[in-house]
Amino acid sequence: MANSLTRQNRAGWLMAGPAFALIVVFLILPFFMAVAFSFTNQRLVSPNPTEFVGTRNYERLFGIATLTLEAERDETGAVVMRDGAPVYPRLRGFTRDQERYPQYFRKREWFSFERAGNRRTYVLASDVVFLKAVRNTVLFVLVVAPVQAGLALGLAMLINRRIAGINVFRAIYFMPVVISMVVVAMLWRFIYDGNDGILNNLLGAMSFGAMPPVDWLGNPWTALPAIMAMSIWQGVGFHMIIWLSGLQTIPASLYEAAEIEGASRWQTFRYVTWPGLRNTAILIMIIITMQAFTLYPQIAVMTQGGPLDSTQSVVFQMVERGYGKQDIAGGSTISVFLFLFVLSISLLQGWLTRQRP
Amino acid sequence: MTLDRATRLMGRYLLLLFIACIFVFPIIFMIMSSFKPDLQLLQDTSSVRALLPVGDLSLDNYREAFDRAPIGLFIFNSVFITATTLLLSLFLASIAAFAFVFIDWRGKSVVLALVVATYILPFETVAVPLLLLVNNLPWLSAEGITWGWLNSYQVQIIPWIVRALEIFLFVQYFKDLPRDLVEAARVDGATWFQVYRRVVMPLSGPVIATVAILKFLEMYNNQFLWPIMVVQAEDYRPIMVGLQYFFQLNTAWGEIMAYLTIITVPVLIFYLVLQRAFIASIASTGVKG
Repeated sequence: MANSLTRQNRAGWLMAGPAFALIVVFLILPFFMAVAFSFTNQRLVSPNPTEFVGTRNYERLFGIATLTLEAERDETGAVVMRDGAPVYPRLRGFTRDQERYPQYFRKREWFSFERAGNRRTYVLASDVVFLKAVRNTVLFVLVVAPVQAGLALGLAMLINRRIAGINVFRAIYFMPVVISMVVVAMLWRFIYDGNDGILNNLLGAMSFGAMPPVDWLGNPWTALPAIMAMSIWQGVGFHMIIWLSGLQTIPASLYEAAEIEGASRWQTFRYVTWPGLRNTAILIMIIITMQAFTLYPQIAVMTQGGPLDSTQSVVFQMVERGYGKQDIAGGSTISVFLFLFVLSISLLQGWLTRQRP
Repeated sequence: MTLDRATRLMGRYLLLLFIACIFVFPIIFMIMSSFKPDLQLLQDTSSVRALLPVGDLSLDNYREAFDRAPIGLFIFNSVFITATTLLLSLFLASIAAFAFVFIDWRGKSVVLALVVATYILPFETVAVPLLLLVNNLPWLSAEGITWGWLNSYQVQIIPWIVRALEIFLFVQYFKDLPRDLVEAARVDGATWFQVYRRVVMPLSGPVIATVAILKFLEMYNNQFLWPIMVVQAEDYRPIMVGLQYFFQLNTAWGEIMAYLTIITVPVLIFYLVLQRAFIASIASTGVKG
């Protein structure tokens, strides 16, 4: 008996061991390394030994301070105006002076706003580009996740009918999913092109020339929305299929009952379809959110974070630092931040599923 | 009444067709453009000719793309990396899942819990420390032991072999297999490995197809960030990173379209042939929770 048990132990470890070892070495271990490195000055290659630096890396990423300045006044006490706006003291006087203003040292202006009484509040950040990357990534997730999930559900309901040729349409809608995002991004660079792009030609033709051409990826206001639209185009078929398998678990008898009761289309959706999709909905939101947080190839191929940092993303910044500058510690700090983001989403999922009565 | 239904059906088909155009036009445009000289390609973008094989068609773009970059080498690299990872993944993930489902061994629940926990660990969160790790790993080569895996095939293969999802898919499938088969084989004196090879795997066609397709898409299509970080040498570069040769060419769109077509059309053919299996494999990633 004991002999057979040892043999079972050995067989189990022999068979599961290789896969487990790979997961430990290439996922679990690097994860803990990321946490550890984020408190050091580790570099990829360095002549100097690695040192513990406390939370310095985190301060460099997230350091924020606000500074409210009074407008400058001349001898008579009147506010000095230039081009119709009050003049404020130069920020350099604060951000370069470590002695007197250590809290502002080496920070840069992120944004500022006018206050009552000729005062202006400046929000200064240690790493403005990173904070913009966080903002863009969150914006990307907040737009792409619901829009893509919604469109995917619409498509799934549209093709969840037994009419002739429906499989052909399903196959076509799914087609972009099997194309690499790298290829898609390169192709859409041409579609979005400011001069010869198809999108401009199409919009121009539809508006009979009234719509002026737009350099979609070269304009800070349109670059991120353009990337969002393209990402949705590529990914919507994936989530359509997952919705579809959710839809097909809803028993047909429920729909028949709704029809006998004389339910409207909206009522059928609201009281039959949607309750049956609850778990699918949560799963889809998680998958899209995770995919959207790791926004990278689109940026690397299309914009390199520009114009004016309007398409910087967290992963793009992580690569810039960890690989570009070989600053393993800085890149690891961003990794830890990214992980905490993803983890909180997963915890939210756990909480949402527990809510079920 | 019947007329009304016919109109509604018609409307439905028109809607389906309109949406289909949105998905398929960019792909058709890519393929058609790859055969056109740049000037004509640009002129055609303002009309429906962009989607038609008309005008001065030739393979010139392909010839120029092959001259610009060692495309053959990149294709070989990608296919080699994808195939090796795929085969190792199918073997290691399935045999691990077998141990999780059919064998009772000490530590199983802890190991399984750790594996499942990595499901929420996107690769991007470990890429940077992993870069440092692989830069310090040993490798046995013809010249003896060398250090550092940068610029190699193994750096693109070994870290990608096993993911929680693959083990999980096999576990789900094995759980639904009749246990009697396994027990009968054990009573007949088969070893665990024989049970795995002769009894369980021959019954696992569908899940093997699912994992193979998911792994293929992950390795062939989505290997971009990691090779950028660990492969500077052209010799080991996969096809998606090879696209960097064309990044700066904002004018030679014909060549770019030719390269995109070369790397995409095999996948599209593969997909159209095995369409049902592709869609089933994506659907199976949704049957969790």
